[in-house]
Amino acid sequence: MSNLLVAEHVSKSFGDHTALDDVSIEIPKGTIFGLLGPNGAGKTTLIRIINQITYPDTGAVYFDGKPLMPEHIRNIGYLPEERGLYKSMKVGEQAMYLAQLKGLSKAEAKAALTYWFDRLDIGDWWNKKVQELSKGMAQKIQFVVTVLHKPNLLIFDEPFSGFDPINANLIKDEILHLRENGATVIFSTHRMESVEELCDHIALINRSKKILDGNLADIKRNYKNNTFEVGLLTSDKDGLQKELAQRFQTETAHFKSLEDEVKLRIKLPEGQHSNDLLQYLSSRATVSHFVEVIPSANEIFIEKVGKN
Amino acid sequence: MDKLLLIIKREYLAKVRNKSFIVLTILSPILIVGMIALVVFLTQVNSDEKNLIAVLDESPFFANQFISGPEVSYIDLKNISLQEAKDSVASMGLYGLLHIPDESSIDEVSSEITFYSKKSPSMGVLGVLESKIQKRIREEKLEELGVSANQISNIGSSFQLRTSTYSGHTSLKGINEIKAAIGGGFGYLIMMFIIIYGAFVMRSVIEEKTSRIIEVIISSVKPFQLMLGKIIGTSLAGITQFIIWIISAGFLSVLVFYFMGIKVDLFSNGPNLDENTVRAIKEASESSETIQLYVNELMTFPWVTLFISFLLYFTLGYLIYSSIYAAIGAAVDNETDTQQFMFPVIMPLMLAIYVGFFSVFENPNGPIAVAFSLIPLTSPIVMLMRLPSGIGGDGVPWWQLITSVVLLILTFFLIVSFAAKIYRVGILMYGKKPTYKEIFKWLRYK
Repeated sequence: MSNLLVAEHVSKSFGDHTALDDVSIEIPKGTIFGLLGPNGAGKTTLIRIINQITYPDTGAVYFDGKPLMPEHIRNIGYLPEERGLYKSMKVGEQAMYLAQLKGLSKAEAKAALTYWFDRLDIGDWWNKKVQELSKGMAQKIQFVVTVLHKPNLLIFDEPFSGFDPINANLIKDEILHLRENGATVIFSTHRMESVEELCDHIALINRSKKILDGNLADIKRNYKNNTFEVGLLTSDKDGLQKELAQRFQTETAHFKSLEDEVKLRIKLPEGQHSNDLLQYLSSRATVSHFVEVIPSANEIFIEKVGKN
Repeated sequence: MDKLLLIIKREYLAKVRNKSFIVLTILSPILIVGMIALVVFLTQVNSDEKNLIAVLDESPFFANQFISGPEVSYIDLKNISLQEAKDSVASMGLYGLLHIPDESSIDEVSSEITFYSKKSPSMGVLGVLESKIQKRIREEKLEELGVSANQISNIGSSFQLRTSTYSGHTSLKGINEIKAAIGGGFGYLIMMFIIIYGAFVMRSVIEEKTSRIIEVIISSVKPFQLMLGKIIGTSLAGITQFIIWIISAGFLSVLVFYFMGIKVDLFSNGPNLDENTVRAIKEASESSETIQLYVNELMTFPWVTLFISFLLYFTLGYLIYSSIYAAIGAAVDNETDTQQFMFPVIMPLMLAIYVGFFSVFENPNGPIAVAFSLIPLTSPIVMLMRLPSGIGGDGVPWWQLITSVVLLILTFFLIVSFAAKIYRVGILMYGKKPTYKEIFKWLRYK
C-alpha cells in the first residue's frame, strides 16, 4: 500500500523549546490516521508543518511521493482546533471566499457549496451572518469549507468539539463517506472512543517524540496479554473464587449482567489457550460470560503516556 | 496573485460595509461643516451687536472725533458731571463711558482720559478708542509744530515695499508661507492617514486572531499575502473615505454658506485691523495684476515633481507604518495590550510634524530639515514639507532627494520583512502577552 504522506525525521524548535524531535510518520492512502497525544505534545506543530504554515528545522515531508510544495495546499483540507469565521460576514459569501482562497474558481466554488449545503440541509443559511449562527451551526460551515475543494488529504483537529451527539454522528458519517470516496484523513483528538471507532492507523506523540505508531488492530494485538473476563454461576461463590485464585492470576472484574455471578479477570500464563481455560471453567461452574480482554485505545494511551 | 486580489477585495468590502465606517463617512463632513457654520453664525451674531459707548468730552480737543463705526457707536453727553454720567450710563446699560477731562494741554488731557465700564472692556473696543485718541494727539502735536491740517492728511499715505528678484520679476510676499502651507498640508495628510488607517489594519488583524479564523486562512495563503492584502484593502477603503469626505464637505459647505448668506469677505475683514491694512489687503486682492502674479508663481511650482514624490513618500511611508501596525496587531490578543507598542510608532510621526512646523518652515535647507528629511521614519513628512521650494537650484538638492528615497526604500524592505516575521509567528500565538524580548526572539524563528 502506498503512502499519501510521509514525514521523515522531522524536528522543529521554537527558541529553547523543542516542539518536535525526530518524528517520522507514514500515512497510507485511503485510511483514517489518528494523531494522538496529550496537550502540548507537538501534534499541532506537526499538523502546521504538513499545512506549510511553519517549516521543519530538519527533516522532510513528502506528499504523494514528492517533496511538500505550496501547490499541494489545494489538495489539503484543514480543520484547525482553534477555528472560527469572520463574524460580520454572510455565510455564503464567506464560504465562497474561503473556497476561492483554496484555488477553486467562482463557478466551481458555487457548485461545490450548493452540493454541500444541500447535503447537510443548511441551504437557508446562505444569507445569514455568522454571528447569528449557533456554535454548532458555525462548526458545520467550517466542516463544509474544509472538505469543499475535494482534497486528497483531510486534517481534522478535534472535529467533534462543539457538536451535539446527533451532529457529531452526522459529521462522523461524512468523514467515513469521504474516506470511501478515496480521501485520506488525519484525525487528531483526545476522544479515544472516536479513535476506536474511526482510525485504521495511529501515531502517539508525547513530549515532542513519537512513542508508538502503526495499525490500530496490530497495536492492540501487541498489547493484549492473554487475559479473559469471565462470569460464572455457582452455588459456592467463595470456594470457587479461592480455588481459581490459587490456580491463576485473578482480579475482580466489573461488567453488567443479569445474574448474581462470580466476575473475574483471569490472566493465563504464556502457552495456555482460551480453550484450556474454558474447558477447566465449564467443569467447575456454568459459564455465563467469556470474553478476551483487548486493551482499548484509551488504556494504551494512558499506559504509554503515563509511563513516560 | 489571484489570492492577493481576493484578499484585497474582501478586506475592502468588509471595511466599507462596516456600519461604524459608513456612519463615520457620512457624519464627519456634516459635523465638521455644521461646526464651522455654527462658529461663523455665532461670530456674525456677535459682531452684529454694536457696542454703545457714551462719551463725556469736557476738553476742546476731541470734537467730532468719535463718529459711529461698524463696531462701536458713540453717544455724546453734554453738560453733566462725571458722577451723573457714570450713573446714567450704568442705568441705561451701555457698554461703557469714555471720560475726557478738561485740561490746558493735550498731553495733560490724554494722561487723564479714562474708560469706565462694568466689566473689563474687550481688546477690540479699547483698540478702536486708543487708535482714535492716538491719532488725534498726533495731529494736535503736529499742528502745534505748525503743520496744517491739510498737510497732515497728505502725509497719512500708506506705503508698501515693492519687492523684486534680481532678474526683475516682481517677487511676491507670502509666497513662502503658501509653499510651506502646501508642504505642511501634505505632511499632515500623511500623518493623519497613517494614524487612522494604520490602526484600522491593526484592529483587523486582532479581529482575525480573536475570531480564530486566522489558522483556516493561513492554511490556504501565505501570511505575507494576507498581511499585504489587508494593508492594501484597508488603505483603499481609507482613500475612498477621504474622497467622499472631501467631495461631500466641499458640497455641503457651498450649500450651507449659500443658504446662510455668509459672505466670504467676513473672514478677511478681521475686526481689529486698522484701516490702512484693510485697504492694502483690498487693493492687493482686488488688483487682478497681483492675482495674476500669484497664479503665475503657483504655476511655476514643481507640481508634477511634488505630486509624484507625494505618491512615492505616501505609499512607502504608509506601507512601512501599517506593516508595523499589522505586526503589533499580530503580537497581541486584544487592543488593550497594544498600548506599550503604540508610543514608539507615533513618536517619529509627531517628531516629524514638530520638526516640520518649527524648523523646516523657517529654514527649509537648514541642517535639521536636511537630517530629518533623510531619516527614513520621518522623511515622508519632512521631505514633503521641503519639496514645494523646488528641486535643484535653491530648492532641495537632488542628491538629498535621491538619498532620502533610497534610504526609505531600503527601510521599507527591512521593516516589512521584520513585520512579516513577527506577523507570521504572532498570529498563531494565543493567550500570551508578548514583551519586546519575546518579539525579538520571534524574528529568529524559521
